[in-house]
Amino acid sequence: MLVSEQKPMEEILRSLDGEKRIFLVGCKGCAEGCESGGEQQVIEMKQKLEEEGKTITGFSLIDMVCNESLTRMKLASHRQATDSADSLLVLTCGIGVQSTAAVVDKVVHPGCNTISSGGAHAEWKEAERCLECGDCILDYTGGICPIARCPKNLFHGPCGGSEGGKCEIHPDLPCAWHLIIERLSKLGRLDKLEAVVPPKDWSVSLTGGPPRPR
Amino acid sequence: MKAGTNLEKVLESGRFAVTAEAGPPRGAVPSVILRKGELLKAFCDALNVTDNQTAIVRMSSLSSCVLLKQLGVDPVMQMVCRDRNRIAIQSDVLGAVALGIWNILCLTGDYQSFGDHPTAKSVFDLDSIQLIQVLSQMRDEKKFLSGEKISGEVPLFIGAVENPYADPFEYRVLRLAKKVKAGADFIQTQAVFDVSKFAKWMEMVTDRGLDKEVHVLAGVIPIRSVGMARHMRDNVPGVSVPDEVVTRMEDAKDAREEGLKICLEIIEQIKEIPGVHGIHIMAVAWEEIVPTIVERAGLLPRPLI
Repeated sequence: MLVSEQKPMEEILRSLDGEKRIFLVGCKGCAEGCESGGEQQVIEMKQKLEEEGKTITGFSLIDMVCNESLTRMKLASHRQATDSADSLLVLTCGIGVQSTAAVVDKVVHPGCNTISSGGAHAEWKEAERCLECGDCILDYTGGICPIARCPKNLFHGPCGGSEGGKCEIHPDLPCAWHLIIERLSKLGRLDKLEAVVPPKDWSVSLTGGPPRPR
Repeated sequence: MKAGTNLEKVLESGRFAVTAEAGPPRGAVPSVILRKGELLKAFCDALNVTDNQTAIVRMSSLSSCVLLKQLGVDPVMQMVCRDRNRIAIQSDVLGAVALGIWNILCLTGDYQSFGDHPTAKSVFDLDSIQLIQVLSQMRDEKKFLSGEKISGEVPLFIGAVENPYADPFEYRVLRLAKKVKAGADFIQTQAVFDVSKFAKWMEMVTDRGLDKEVHVLAGVIPIRSVGMARHMRDNVPGVSVPDEVVTRMEDAKDAREEGLKICLEIIEQIKEIPGVHGIHIMAVAWEEIVPTIVERAGLLPRPLI
């Protein structure tokens, strides 16, 4: 079980600023169990966003969004609705946000913070995708996590060792920041990276602060 | 003037600055660093002390800087984010400033797997740009990162690094701009070997007007041997040595003389590139060559301001 909770509505609205047409993704796995992104929360989010003047082009509830091939298949059946959206809002753990970003060429916003793995690391086994840092920044990085995928946890990468899209630590490891820049360039949203991001609050991360009850 | 260090004065006066690097010893004997200071002090405007570079344990940068300062050298304290969290960093900055170390160069730091303690737990509480932010806030607002007030002044001349050869090339200038926005006063670049690529990068820097906001010092490394050339080309992350340079070293009768010649040729070309305000010589384990380089590059005497 990956434990997640919804981000505050103000933060979600801030990340959707300037975007009118939104497609919603919910998860019938952990996020449903956590009541952060199941059927009921997706319907509530649809209403809240419509009250804010947004158009919801559609939504999809996927059994386990962390299952990348399932997510690819499910979202393919919503092609028209996702194509006509400005962005996708994903109400899942950080892994679900990243698997959505991996299969859709659209800006993907995290709607939740991942609080704890509760013991398991979900379905996407290819590499570490979420370190449960407790304050999801996937919005800034185009749906690719530098906390989990950059050895130095850089907020302003790539470091000087990035060459040919590879990490300096290991030739098999893609440079997470190279992926981020590639993806944001493709989406025409490199402007997202102009910000200087202040130091992170690590107290809410898995390795920071006191142990949390699960 | 932000801190009034010798380096800041030379750069602000518009002169072409020369800095060099002094690696601290792998031991507690002060004479090692003092000898480097004595050797180099008349030939450069400031001397960088590395902070456990390549993640290998050495005498601390702060202590080495204090030893150099006692010789009359203007030290540049390198500070990495790998080994300290924001509490230790701010505490060390206060200590450094109290001891007269006012140039601080901000880096994220080489990953620990490259060093002699690969099993260490890294910190990376901040990254280099956030470190610059913290230092400029301490200096300009006299506030800790927490927002609490600092008693007294925190004079700092803040440095940062950038690698014009790392990928993606086009993004590198944007990243430099972020360092400037965060508060960097001067930039040291990774070693320049491919001058035309560096010139292209500097063109993008000047196009954005960044050379008016920050002093760019171009890094140079004199190559001592064929083995060193090959090692840097093949194994050192972030350093880009063209095959042509390696071939020249291989074909040379006197490798040291050829390495020196290559370095001088590069400096000669760098001096002509608009927006470059100086050079930073990284003579790794070959500090004794620095006086010859500075002299033969026509950069003596160093200004006394």
